[in-house]
Amino acid sequence: MKARVFVTLKNGVLDPQGRAIGQALAGLGFDGVEDVRVGRMFELTLADGTEVSTIEEMARKLLANMVIENFRVELA
Amino acid sequence: MKSAVIVFPGSNCDRDVAVALRDVTGRAPAMVWHGDHDLPDGLELIVLPGGFSHGDYLRSGAVAARAPVMRAVTNAAARGVRVLGICNGFQVLTEAGLLPGALMRNAGLNFVCRHVALRVEAGAAAFTRGYAPGELIQLPVAHHDGSYVADAATLDRLEQQGQVAFRYAEPVNGSARDIAGVVNEAGTVLGLMPHPERAIEAAHGGTDGRRLFEGLLHAMA
Repeated sequence: MKARVFVTLKNGVLDPQGRAIGQALAGLGFDGVEDVRVGRMFELTLADGTEVSTIEEMARKLLANMVIENFRVELA
Repeated sequence: MKSAVIVFPGSNCDRDVAVALRDVTGRAPAMVWHGDHDLPDGLELIVLPGGFSHGDYLRSGAVAARAPVMRAVTNAAARGVRVLGICNGFQVLTEAGLLPGALMRNAGLNFVCRHVALRVEAGAAAFTRGYAPGELIQLPVAHHDGSYVADAATLDRLEQQGQVAFRYAEPVNGSARDIAGVVNEAGTVLGLMPHPERAIEAAHGGTDGRRLFEGLLHAMA
């Protein structure tokens, strides 16, 4: 089985990379980009039957820094 | 002073720290591999050096913080053994939960590599013993992910409890409240973005870093 874990910065945490990318998009002439937030996606190939709670534990222990980031698990 | 330097793959300041410790304390530190499960007995100081542990893949310090040796470091810290994390070592300490907060990409997105002015904040802690409270010192920084972040309540608590050890006296990386170094509640674990081990001899352009190690040595005596 496959699972995807999306890690994103919490609201309110300044994202300087996102801001720079937003400015670059504006520079390319794309109007109306109000904000860009950069995240990270992990695609995990797992033994069948792996519990979602186990994947969430992986995210909490390593994939995400819970001080500044949130995560979301999606089973593929 | 019996000390150890933890060696992670990709760290590039481990030997600089070892030289600084040897020069100041007169005793070479033990170099402990990240995959080891145990630390030498009787340690008074553990240093997590700067560099790019595990290539900074994932997040700076995130993989190193889960290395086998970190369980022993955490246990030693709980017993009151002094732990100093410099630059990437600071990142490792926050990732390991030994210090609050996190270190993010510099506000200007530039790698900052120069001498900066710092204000020494906490006069009583062992780590700042070599300095006068409020003193301005110069130390080199070299980092890409040095912007210290924590929620407002945590920042307030750090300030109230005197856990801010060093503050930037000039804009460097966008750190919350210009924080350059913090200690844990007990004052026994210090995370510091600037590199004191690179300011040991006059040839380095300054010796303000030497006094951090000298202060530690006196605190242990």
